[in-house]
Amino acid sequence: MTAAGDPILGIETSCDETAAAVVAGGRQVLSSVVSSQIDLHARYGGVVPEVAGRAHVERMVPVVSQALVESAVDDSDIAAVGATAGPGLVGALLVGVSAAKALALVWDVPFVAVNHLEAHLHAAFLDEPSLELPVVVVLVSGGHTMLVLMEERLRYRILGATVDDAAGEAFDKVARYMGLGYPGGPAIDQLSGQGDREAVAFPRAMLHDGWNFSFSGLKTAVINYLRRQPDAPAADVAASFQEAVADVLVAKARRAAAEHGALGLCLAGGVAANSRLREMTLDACTADGLAAYLPSRAMCTDNAAMVAAAAWWRLKADGPSPLTVGADPSLGLPEG
Amino acid sequence: MLILGIESATGRVGCAIGGHEGVRSSVQTTRDRHHAELLAPQIQAACSHAGVALQDLGAVAVDVGPGLYTGLRVGVTTAVTMAHALRVPMVAVSSLDLVAYPLRHTGRTIAVVIDARRSEVFHARYGCLPGGVQRLDGPEVGPPDHVVSQILATGDETLVVGDGAERYASMFEGLRGVELADPGFAHPSAESLVLLAHALALREEFVRPDEIQPLYLRRPDAQPHQTASSS
Ligand SMILES: [Zn+2]
Repeated sequence: MTAAGDPILGIETSCDETAAAVVAGGRQVLSSVVSSQIDLHARYGGVVPEVAGRAHVERMVPVVSQALVESAVDDSDIAAVGATAGPGLVGALLVGVSAAKALALVWDVPFVAVNHLEAHLHAAFLDEPSLELPVVVVLVSGGHTMLVLMEERLRYRILGATVDDAAGEAFDKVARYMGLGYPGGPAIDQLSGQGDREAVAFPRAMLHDGWNFSFSGLKTAVINYLRRQPDAPAADVAASFQEAVADVLVAKARRAAAEHGALGLCLAGGVAANSRLREMTLDACTADGLAAYLPSRAMCTDNAAMVAAAAWWRLKADGPSPLTVGADPSLGLPEG
Repeated sequence: MLILGIESATGRVGCAIGGHEGVRSSVQTTRDRHHAELLAPQIQAACSHAGVALQDLGAVAVDVGPGLYTGLRVGVTTAVTMAHALRVPMVAVSSLDLVAYPLRHTGRTIAVVIDARRSEVFHARYGCLPGGVQRLDGPEVGPPDHVVSQILATGDETLVVGDGAERYASMFEGLRGVELADPGFAHPSAESLVLLAHALALREEFVRPDEIQPLYLRRPDAQPHQTASSS
């Protein structure tokens, strides 16, 4: 690894992870600390915004301190501070944005407001020094499901998105119905390992038409199936459901890559940690002669290293953000 | 010792810088729900008006509430992060104390009533002491008529103040021995925060940044196992 300059402190508080990281040169991860609130939200069966906001306030300074200590970078050598400004839960975003501005003021360095979706798109390239564009990115999390063509650094085209539930939301809802607890993604992934993914032929909505996705019908199909067949082996149902989700995501990504002359497929977002989705993406890339960019599982779920990396690229392109920037809970991915 | 005071517990947000000679500069804006946009530029402005750098500060003071949660989180996070990065101690003051403090010469009992939304108020009662005020009860959260019955039960001559007192003015008007304070006193101010914090700092009543939490007074509204979305 080459020593890179410009260490940037990134802060992420868009949902239920309080995270801080130091990344040099937009690529070299010097530290990445994530304090997950899963334990706090599990008993509610989902993220409670007020609980998340309170926990972020409590954990912000300890998480930032730990990231600085682990990076071995002195405060005075931090070149800029980036924080996720949206999309996400407004009461959670405000905590990270406020902390980042405070540090930028004290250290007298630029503040960079980071788009959370753009940050996810940078996660794969932290581990991957040689990136050949264009690539098709499948961005899948509890809040988002998008098919993005990354033409150049910071130049994106959204090809499609979910018309109803996000992929991660479908995992959470099915897991809740099956009594697997929260969060649903890892639980279904694990259970699926012992199941037959061809046991039930669940529907693949919009498989052949357009670039959008729909997961609400699939979720309903799983619930109806379980109502009719209460004794069906849970592992088979989980594996068949997971197969249907991964199938649609990979099929569309492959088709998009062919149509737009992309050189690779990239996964991003929490659902990108799913083993079957990763396996199918790798198989598709091998079959089609595409490069596969699969971020490590820690970089798929929300983290601040991806925020610091995106901040580095944005700072180079656009300069610092004004301190008057607030949180925008419905910020979209910048296109064009 | 120079102190930066950050106050964001109500619809207002502001900061002030001062020390033993009083308040050197202050900036205050009333623009509900824009605390995160306003506060950092205000701190820059307050520093330049006062002719000081953040590195000159000896302590950071913050209004820890009770108040509106979003604003509180912005103010507390900013203050705690700054104090930590500057390696200076902090002074924590309640919004209710801040509203009572400028009325310390009234001689009467002071009932501070801050709007908590959802038909409730945050409240506490204070007595006047030479040079300051002393909390008699509270802080509590509850319906405004609870404050009315408390005042009536004590029979004290009472001055009622705060944005909650303004909002529910009709409930306090006409009560025997009760008067509403001038609306100019309704909000906690960053200037009062710096003055009060300076007095506390002289007595070395500091707290560490990691000991500071907003005073919410209410538990988060959430039922275990209800549906909610994640991201
Ligand atoms: Zn995310």
